[in-house]
Amino acid sequence: MKTIILRTASNYMLPLLLVFSVFILLRGHYLPGGGFVGGLIASIAFVLHAFANGLEDTRKLIRFHPGFLMPAGLTVSFLSGISPIIFANKPLMTGLWYPHHLPIVGNLGSALFFDIGVFLVVVGVTLTIIFTISESA
Amino acid sequence: MLSAILLGFIFSIFLVFAGKFFKGKLAVLSSLVPLALFLYFLSFLPRVSGGEVIRQNIEWVPSLGLNLNFALDGLSLLFSLLITGIGFLVFAYTAAYLKGHDYLDRFYGYLGMFMGAMLGLVLSDNLLSMFIFWELTSISSFFLIGFNNTSEASRKSAVLALAITGSGGFLLLAGALLLGGVAGTYSITEMVGLSDSIVQSEYYLWIVILIFGAAFTKSAQFPFHFWLPGAMKAPTPVSTYLHSATMVKAGIYLLLRFTPVLGGEEIWNTTLIIVGGITMFYAAVHTLFRTDLKGVLAYSTISVLGILVFLIGLGTQYALTAAAVYIIVHALYKATLFLVTGIIDHEAGTRDVTRLAGLRKVMLPVAIAGFLAALSSAGMPPFVGFVGKDLVYESTLQMGSWSIVLTIIAIATNILVLYAGFVAGIKPFTGKLPEGLSKVHLPSFLMWLPPVILAVLGLVVGIFPALIDGPLVKPVVDAVGMAGSEVHLKLWHGFNLVLGLSALTLAVGFVLYLTVKPSRSKERGIARLDFIAPLTLITDFGNLFKSFSNWWTRIFQNGFLRNYVSTIILFLVVLVGYSLFTKHDGIPIDFSSFSRMTYYEMIIMGIMFLAVLFVVGARSRLTAVVAMGVVGYAICLMFVIYSAPDLAMTQFSIDTLTVILFVLVLSSLPKYLSISDYRMKAIDGILSISFGVLITLIALEVLSQPVNKEVSNFYADNAYVLAKGKNVVNVILVDFRGVDTLMEISVLTIAAIGVFSLLKLRLRRDDRELKD
Repeated sequence: MKTIILRTASNYMLPLLLVFSVFILLRGHYLPGGGFVGGLIASIAFVLHAFANGLEDTRKLIRFHPGFLMPAGLTVSFLSGISPIIFANKPLMTGLWYPHHLPIVGNLGSALFFDIGVFLVVVGVTLTIIFTISESA
Repeated sequence: MLSAILLGFIFSIFLVFAGKFFKGKLAVLSSLVPLALFLYFLSFLPRVSGGEVIRQNIEWVPSLGLNLNFALDGLSLLFSLLITGIGFLVFAYTAAYLKGHDYLDRFYGYLGMFMGAMLGLVLSDNLLSMFIFWELTSISSFFLIGFNNTSEASRKSAVLALAITGSGGFLLLAGALLLGGVAGTYSITEMVGLSDSIVQSEYYLWIVILIFGAAFTKSAQFPFHFWLPGAMKAPTPVSTYLHSATMVKAGIYLLLRFTPVLGGEEIWNTTLIIVGGITMFYAAVHTLFRTDLKGVLAYSTISVLGILVFLIGLGTQYALTAAAVYIIVHALYKATLFLVTGIIDHEAGTRDVTRLAGLRKVMLPVAIAGFLAALSSAGMPPFVGFVGKDLVYESTLQMGSWSIVLTIIAIATNILVLYAGFVAGIKPFTGKLPEGLSKVHLPSFLMWLPPVILAVLGLVVGIFPALIDGPLVKPVVDAVGMAGSEVHLKLWHGFNLVLGLSALTLAVGFVLYLTVKPSRSKERGIARLDFIAPLTLITDFGNLFKSFSNWWTRIFQNGFLRNYVSTIILFLVVLVGYSLFTKHDGIPIDFSSFSRMTYYEMIIMGIMFLAVLFVVGARSRLTAVVAMGVVGYAICLMFVIYSAPDLAMTQFSIDTLTVILFVLVLSSLPKYLSISDYRMKAIDGILSISFGVLITLIALEVLSQPVNKEVSNFYADNAYVLAKGKNVVNVILVDFRGVDTLMEISVLTIAAIGVFSLLKLRLRRDDRELKD
């Protein structure tokens, strides 16, 4: 499927879709969206790029194996989960919130970092599975 | 006491790191461990024989009633001394026996582990910790039997022994739990006090059966005896230590330990007498047909274990005293005979008794040890064996109406045990030395000294029975609930019936030894009866079980994904459908409560229906996958209409990725393949339609139930208050049920790693062939 139209389009689509996925991730706490969907959209962006340009190009673009996103994401989620125990002496998974309102993000809290972890894991899992299968196919 | 038990384990862990320094000349130093322990336990002798019970209590898991309670009474002390004393000699002997062996350190490690476990077993006052040590002895025995792990026979015997003793351990656990439930405590000391209520409980019979199962498997009673001859594949020090002197007596220990708790009942005594009687006679007869020295000794060991069970079954003061003495007697002479056999095997290179003769000319000290042990096993005065045998006859003669039968069995068994002892201890050393064995020489003193020590000890104790009477035997008899026993050990009882029976035993046994010679033809003769031997029956049963499970697995795990899916759906339909239709009289469907279908809903339904038809009728996989994608997108639209944007977004992305995945996988499958015939298709169709109907019915059923909104209202009300989020779905995911999400992403990661390792880390075909 290496058509010139798709290839050209995908070069523009990739950054757009990635920004969109982050947007979906960030708005998740207030409006439809969240880490899981965001992660899926980001993966679709990369898969689309891979379809248009070949897997090798996408691999070069990402630079590292997407599998490493899984432990990274798990760590982020886990740390945000236990952060109330460490910082505030509250039970596991209690939300900690930055008291001031931030532009775009809204209120900043530990839940957002948890969602970022989910995002990373989902991207890592999806890309690992799809890349692995398409390489051995 | 805990540290004494742990010393064995610490020693084996130490060998993991320092093993290679211990392989050479230092190996003999390892015998210092059991020696130290022996001296430690010996130091308790005056206190324990004074009637004291030394205790140590450590709380481990108090909520489970699992405490590390240790008690050292007469019974425990006797076993502890045997374990450490014989352990010391065996450790020293091994240093020469396995000199230069590559895995000598490993061997010592297993031995150390076994010693620790066995000490723990006999010192535990808590039934649960006793069970743990019991299992540890089985496991270390498994490693030791399979020590020559390059030989298939060794491995097979090890597995067999583990299977038998391990299932016995399972019975012990069940019995322990039942006993703990009935008694309300796991402390054995406390159980002795509760004996009456335990005996009267309705579970008494079960407890006895389970405890017997454990003891009979461990102590190789008929019909579970067959693992013990197989266990002789282990190096001789192991046979000496585990399979003659200590571990196989764990079952005896268990029975003795529970005599004050469970004993004294008809079922207890009768079963033990019958099982012990059969075992001792059956195994003793078997010794006539063996030519392998270790085979002879194995069967005579089983026979003696049978005598011990038999004596515990008799249950009188005399019988229990006899049992205590017999444990000592047997440990002394049988360990000697095993060690002697080991020397013969090591030096002459064969254990075939038909080929051995005249070895006294080349290894006199070993011959002396063998002679002394054989005479002790025969019960010749003034050996300790004579004292033991006297007590056995005394106790059978007191059994009232059955005394004649029991005494005859005991005499017959003793005659055959005498024969076995003579074959193992005298026959290899007498007669003319064959040409082939003239180069045999005496091994290092580390090997010949231990059997000589044990054999001489048997003589000394026989001449001065008071040495063991007060300090060792009496506390044992006290510990098994016969306090204030009047029985005293004496070498000379005067001219009476017992002496006559002893003389008869000796005379007949001697004649038997002179007339019946072990020979190959006899061994082959009894092999013809193997088809009814318990070993064959149980092996057959095991094979049957194995082929049945193979067959069962092949049916359900046939490797076809479509069959798995069909099976799962079929079960779901049958089970859920059954409960759905039997629970209610029909499903109330209130059509009037349904909202009117809008035209766009109809359009979406139409698209879905068409797509499904496409899937079913598709001639290529790709078409089917794409059509499935259409169904998925149509469902997304439904979500959108019913204002579930979160679901719609997720479903949309998932469907996209699923189609991509399918396409990727499809490219490696054949393009077009018609797998199912019409019959198969019809079955699949019926299955899918009934599944769809079932899900629809469930959905309707759920709708007709009053909805409990408590939970969803809680989330809706508190999402912003507690978690500062307006998207309730997301708040639930990242906050209220965040731990669930954490688990889910972990599962996702595991799945991805699974896919990766399945596809990437599999060995290429040529690599695999190279590895084989």
